[in-house]
Amino acid sequence: MRGNKKMKRIYVKEEWCLGCHLCEYNCAFANSGESDMVLALKGKPIYPRIHVEGGEKITYAVSCRHCEDPICLKSCIAGAITHNEGVVKIDREKCVGCLTCVLVCPYGALAAGEDGLMQKCELCLQNAFGAPACVSGCPNGAIVYEETEGSQ
Amino acid sequence: MKQYVIIGNGVAAAGCIEGIRSLDQNGGITVISEEPYAVYCRPLISYYLEEKTDPDRMRYREIDFYKKSGVRVLYGEKATAIDAQKKKVSLASGDPLCYDALCVAAGSSPFVPPFEGLETVEHKYSFFTLDDAFALEKDTDKKKKVLIVGAGLIGLKCAEGLRDRVGDITVCDLSDRILSSILDAKRAAAVQRHLEANGIRFLLKNSVKQFDRHTALMQNGECVPFDILVLAVGVRPNKELVQKAGGEVNRGVCVDDRMQTSFPSVFSAGDCAEGTDASCGEKRVLAIMPNAYMQGFTAGVNMAGGDAVFNNAIPMNAIGFFGLHVMTAGTYTGDVYEESDEAGSKTFFIKDGFLKGFILIEKTERAGLYTSLIREQIPLEQIDFERMKKSATSAAFSEQKRKTMFGGKKDAAV
Repeated sequence: MRGNKKMKRIYVKEEWCLGCHLCEYNCAFANSGESDMVLALKGKPIYPRIHVEGGEKITYAVSCRHCEDPICLKSCIAGAITHNEGVVKIDREKCVGCLTCVLVCPYGALAAGEDGLMQKCELCLQNAFGAPACVSGCPNGAIVYEETEGSQ
Repeated sequence: MKQYVIIGNGVAAAGCIEGIRSLDQNGGITVISEEPYAVYCRPLISYYLEEKTDPDRMRYREIDFYKKSGVRVLYGEKATAIDAQKKKVSLASGDPLCYDALCVAAGSSPFVPPFEGLETVEHKYSFFTLDDAFALEKDTDKKKKVLIVGAGLIGLKCAEGLRDRVGDITVCDLSDRILSSILDAKRAAAVQRHLEANGIRFLLKNSVKQFDRHTALMQNGECVPFDILVLAVGVRPNKELVQKAGGEVNRGVCVDDRMQTSFPSVFSAGDCAEGTDASCGEKRVLAIMPNAYMQGFTAGVNMAGGDAVFNNAIPMNAIGFFGLHVMTAGTYTGDVYEESDEAGSKTFFIKDGFLKGFILIEKTERAGLYTSLIREQIPLEQIDFERMKKSATSAAFSEQKRKTMFGGKKDAAV
């Protein structure tokens, strides 16, 4: 579970972020199960698993860091969070929406979905995209998916 | 091969198993479980009554958890004594167990005050275990009236769980406010209004003087009729095994930051243990589930010969009632900063340049950023806290810190 194996992670470069929020739309689309982006998103509130923070001077996208030692997993009162091969996942069948994971995530990376239960970035590995849609859709290369020196 | 024994089979025990196995794949682990169930999510019993979960989904770990972890579980067994010199645990029915390292993760038990006439009440319950929830489930119907004694977390989650199953619910408490362990008067009043709007009736600064079968005579003279009584006055740490063995106890079993008790080979974790509250530096029993897991894991690592420390435990709760989210953390001391509107409120407690505690009603977005300020004791002068008060955002941190958090850069200072 907690190997030293290098895992690819999503990193952001705030100096490149335009604050365009496209990552949020691409995320919501990738996780919608729809094949048409307009059908999936038009006229609906979106609940992406990545969000843009910042202000006038800087912006950057925040999503799950897939920590090596995830405090959300250790804190979940429903045993709904798991960590396998570098991916932290949440089982929505088990989640009761208590938001303890929101209370403990030191990155402010987690938010509930439309139904009040938690959802989170699972790197698009299980959806039709197969790789993070926020990364491939970023127009300025401000979100990357790679192995780097950092560890969480 | 080392022999590990764990007394208790709750979340602290699960953490302990995972802690041991992170270092030692071979040692024998025996778990003594009074309850006849695999480790389950105790706080979910109210969600069970609401039919938002079921026993299968309430499992804390996968169905093959013990098998995969090489753990022997003695269900329905009870530890009766610890001999710390001979390193032996006596059992109620089985042969004594010898250990190289022991973890006392015995949890806590509901405390029942000696109410006059309590013995005349037939339909009385605690709300603490899965069996309590099953028993209540069987006994409820739409015509019945429920009296819950205790307006703390357990009593109020019970009220929420029972609301749609029974006719009416009254909650009484000696305190002048609900959730007195985690809310100040103003916030307690706000949450109380929400609960009242959802059909829960309160009798505060008032408790039961005497029970007579289906009636509670209150201290103020009021008579409250009920069909079902739930006693949720509080819980007490199960420290007796360690105490009788001659180990150091206070309110709970005294442990250091390695979860070691006064006996070198005996560790303790979870609701029975009294560790340090990092938000105030005092020794406290922090009977919350995240703490139980992390203490258990720390104990497990150290039992297996590692050197783990858990020194940033703080009280914290994320709790919801009928759709209203409440989050609290830390200690309520120092200057108070408040921000509120119709949607909810944020209250921060700041002392000596550090965030010490907070209470958030509904405004819970990215609350973990606030929690990390308390847990990591980050000096507020290093961040733009004025901005943080309005909205939790890592944009209030230094660029360097953000790059460490999100940019994959190592070793940057805050």
